[in-house]
Amino acid sequence: MKLLTCPMNGTRPLSEFVFGGEYRQAPDQDTCTDAEWAAYVHNRSGAPGDKKEWWYHSPSGTWFIAERNTLTDKVTRTYLLGQNNTTQEEGK
Amino acid sequence: MIFRTPKQAGEWVNRTKKINFTFEGEAFSAFEGDTISSALWAAGQKVLGRSFKYHRARGVLSLANHDVNVLVTDGIDTNIRADVVEVKEGMVLTAVNTSGGVKKDKNSYIDSISPLLPVGFYYKAFHTPRRLFPFWESVIRKAAGLGIVNFDYPRILKRKTHSHCDVLVIGAGPTGLTAACAAAEAGLEVTIVDENRQLGGSLGYNRAGDSSVVSQLDILLAKAANMPNIKVMAGAYAAGYYPDHLIPVVSDSGINKVRAKAVIVASGAFEQPPVFRYNDLPGVMLGSAVQRLIYRYAVKPFNNGIVVTANDYGYRVALDLLQAGTKIAALVDMRQTGSAAYSAVLAKRGVKVYIGHCVYEAIASSDKSGVRGAVICAYDEKQNIALTDNKFTLECDGVAMSAGWAPAGALLYQAGTGMQFDYDVEQFVPSRLPNGMFAAGKVNGVFELEQRVRDGVRAANDAIRHLGLQAPQNEAEKHVGISPSHPYPMVPHPKGKNFVDFDEDIQIKDFVNAAKEGFDNIELMKRFTTVGMGPSQGKHSNMNAIRILAKIRDLPVEKIGTTTSRPFFHPTPIGHLGGRGFHSHRLTSLHDWHQANGAVFTDIGAWKRAAYYPAAGQSKEDAIQTEALAVRKTAGIIDGSSFGKIEIHGPDAALFLERFFTGVYTDQKVGSCRYVMLLDESGVVVDDGIASRLADDLFYLSIGTSNAAAVYREMQRSQQMWQLNLGLVNVTGAFGAINIAGPAAREILSTLTDLDLSYESFPMSSVRESQVAAVETRMIRVAFVADNGYELHAPMGQIPYLWNALIAAGKKHALRPFGSDTQRLLRLEMGHAMPGVDTDGLTNPFEIGAEWAIKMSKPYFIGQRSLTILAKRPLRKQLVPFVLAENYTGEMPMDCNLVVDGRDILGRVTSISYSKYLDRCIGFAYVTPSKKEAGSVFQIRVDSGALVAATVIRTPFIKTLKGA
Repeated sequence: MKLLTCPMNGTRPLSEFVFGGEYRQAPDQDTCTDAEWAAYVHNRSGAPGDKKEWWYHSPSGTWFIAERNTLTDKVTRTYLLGQNNTTQEEGK
Repeated sequence: MIFRTPKQAGEWVNRTKKINFTFEGEAFSAFEGDTISSALWAAGQKVLGRSFKYHRARGVLSLANHDVNVLVTDGIDTNIRADVVEVKEGMVLTAVNTSGGVKKDKNSYIDSISPLLPVGFYYKAFHTPRRLFPFWESVIRKAAGLGIVNFDYPRILKRKTHSHCDVLVIGAGPTGLTAACAAAEAGLEVTIVDENRQLGGSLGYNRAGDSSVVSQLDILLAKAANMPNIKVMAGAYAAGYYPDHLIPVVSDSGINKVRAKAVIVASGAFEQPPVFRYNDLPGVMLGSAVQRLIYRYAVKPFNNGIVVTANDYGYRVALDLLQAGTKIAALVDMRQTGSAAYSAVLAKRGVKVYIGHCVYEAIASSDKSGVRGAVICAYDEKQNIALTDNKFTLECDGVAMSAGWAPAGALLYQAGTGMQFDYDVEQFVPSRLPNGMFAAGKVNGVFELEQRVRDGVRAANDAIRHLGLQAPQNEAEKHVGISPSHPYPMVPHPKGKNFVDFDEDIQIKDFVNAAKEGFDNIELMKRFTTVGMGPSQGKHSNMNAIRILAKIRDLPVEKIGTTTSRPFFHPTPIGHLGGRGFHSHRLTSLHDWHQANGAVFTDIGAWKRAAYYPAAGQSKEDAIQTEALAVRKTAGIIDGSSFGKIEIHGPDAALFLERFFTGVYTDQKVGSCRYVMLLDESGVVVDDGIASRLADDLFYLSIGTSNAAAVYREMQRSQQMWQLNLGLVNVTGAFGAINIAGPAAREILSTLTDLDLSYESFPMSSVRESQVAAVETRMIRVAFVADNGYELHAPMGQIPYLWNALIAAGKKHALRPFGSDTQRLLRLEMGHAMPGVDTDGLTNPFEIGAEWAIKMSKPYFIGQRSLTILAKRPLRKQLVPFVLAENYTGEMPMDCNLVVDGRDILGRVTSISYSKYLDRCIGFAYVTPSKKEAGSVFQIRVDSGALVAATVIRTPFIKTLKGA
């Protein structure tokens, strides 16, 4: 089973985590056009590569961001939202 | 024990302990430490099993866990691998896959009709006429499969255990042992695993007649044994590779899941047979099987043998045979070059060596139970054809065969290793290893003993550096000289029976036929011929199959590639895999009470809920109607402890709710309750519930059971983004809840509390904190199942006490419990649509008429922007309450039946039920908005295709239909 590093609880087996989808910045809902909003809500890029993703450590209720390459399934960094200056390396 | 040799150095058998057992009704004796096969072979029993397809007699082939034609049963367990399983006192064994015993198998006639059964025969032959297929099916099913399942097999659950280490070494041959010691010397925690009962691998038996290597092994073993940080798992195989170095190690005692920081694969190589006619007769075996028989079990493989080889290994085997006292009638070398190192040595020992020759065919003894000779002729190594002009026959009672190796690379493949074909060793070797994976020894294309030892040290140093410690970077070992494997050790024969795959009796011509039929890709060929699909999973056949296909297509081997390697590497008992379920379920504190009172349970989310309480002999439908009537006429009580319950503490609590849900909460008064509805970003209805304000800075949220965990999770995610001044506490498990509802509910409750329950001081949609039966409770007045309803939330542990107090107080009012199925009917009678039941993943709030719950003028809430877009568009469907005609007795429409207008689909039924209280069929359905007004009539198409008329009415149903 894969391991994932929660920034609060350390490295844990994947079964303790819930995937929360790709992390995407919402457009400003007051200024964006309907088309821009619809694209944000409904369109996803399935192209493999480096993605920022939401992950949830279920036992502790911690949401965090994981930077993962969806082609190699390698996670390079995990951090709490807004704290991506602190590097947290995994698997090195 | 006629085939026993004098004592061998390092032998695995204990000659002081004799063991008695029976095989096929005959008594045999063995030494302790013998396998079933070695004991039988020592006694001269050569037919040990029958092949799968043609029921041909088979004996020892590999003695390395791949003799899949020699599967036996002890009457309880089946498909026991006789070549490796230790024989035990009193065993009563028979061969599987025979009809009437291994010696006179009645199904051996199939061998004589084998020309009528070409590859792909079953796929093609039995399709027409169709009506005969059931007959053929029963014939094929009888022939298929190995062994008989014993349905009285004892149910033995093996524990799953877990362990962790710095370095996991797979394979305890000279390479693996050296690597393990080197890693341990650097202070790492090392686990070494080997499928054999004893460590040492080929160092224990590949001796070329010189037993001095035993001392080298003893030194290595002593060194490993003296290292406290080396953990040995013998008699256990690494069954697969899972991400981040999780390796299940399987032994008799079950599965140990090893999590390693680095993995060194030193799993060695499987010896591959040369292919010639009758290479499957009992007595024809691999060179390494000969060596294992001699040195592990002190068994002479035969008395007068022929060695056929296509590499130098066969010469070493010949020397081992001589050492064991076997005469060698000839050594036949398929190569034109012979062996520079060994040809002269053997000639000096008086062995006749035929260079550039092959065994054209082995000759079966008259009863086909063994070998009585072999036809030998010249071999054209370039064209791969036998030159039969000067063929001659030599007598012998056994043939040892060596042709080369295939890497035991299953785990490397599973880990995503890039493999390339190395022509210097004629095998696939790792070219690009995943992070933390290392390969050493034969699996890495390194064959010479000194080189393998150095390769083990090199791999250990690589692993040590990977783990952040200092270690030298050694140069990679590279094989020099003659290849240990032959590129094409295959001898064609016009009459065939030159077996490539012993599991499935596949011959060279089967591959040719498969390619002719168009199955000339290795994955397709595997499935059409079934090569590598037997119990040995191609360990001795895949490499030859790849070579044959490469030749057929005139391509280099690397262009053919390999089939996909998947876990498990070796067949693993289901009993090892089975065990406890890990799907957690949650029980309320009233679960025992429900059980004692005859509840039928249902799974809702993770919870077990009481669905209804049938009286003896009562149907589900009757039980639900009885319970519902009680709520309408007097009072009912339901365990709602599984409801999601979340506390929002802090000054920003109301603000949070306003951003998270669609409604307004900042002006909500303490002591009052408001409806909450959650949307997703696209404006789809996700869930709803009730927010009760207990204080300025405390809301108590109750939501449905099934979605509670997901809603709480989303609340946490939103808070992570918004960083408001508040705390979220999931009290779903800490608080239980009881809903008491019905005309008598208030009166019953009033006997247990001092709280003023008058409608003026405790109106609808309000919350009070008070004692009920001396239990501190949060009381919420709701109208979910009936107009008069009270949800009592209290600590989970006190719920049974509270429940019993209410039951006792309600006795004279005929208060009775009702379950969650009844609750569904009651809420329908009340006209409440339920998210997830009456909505789906595309439903927006306008479609269920929930505009009233949405405050669009708020600055922000989840889904708001999407609603502004949706609001501009015409509605496509609308959820409406409907009734069927009075006294309707036709086919009952079901949930999801379509609402149709001619050929057009207008919508579907989401909830429908008969209500005994109303004596009507009521429900919700989606219809086109033009039909949403009360009085509109639409058609429901039921399962039989008939149309049923339904009329839109107003909710609550109980008010519209009963005026209540």
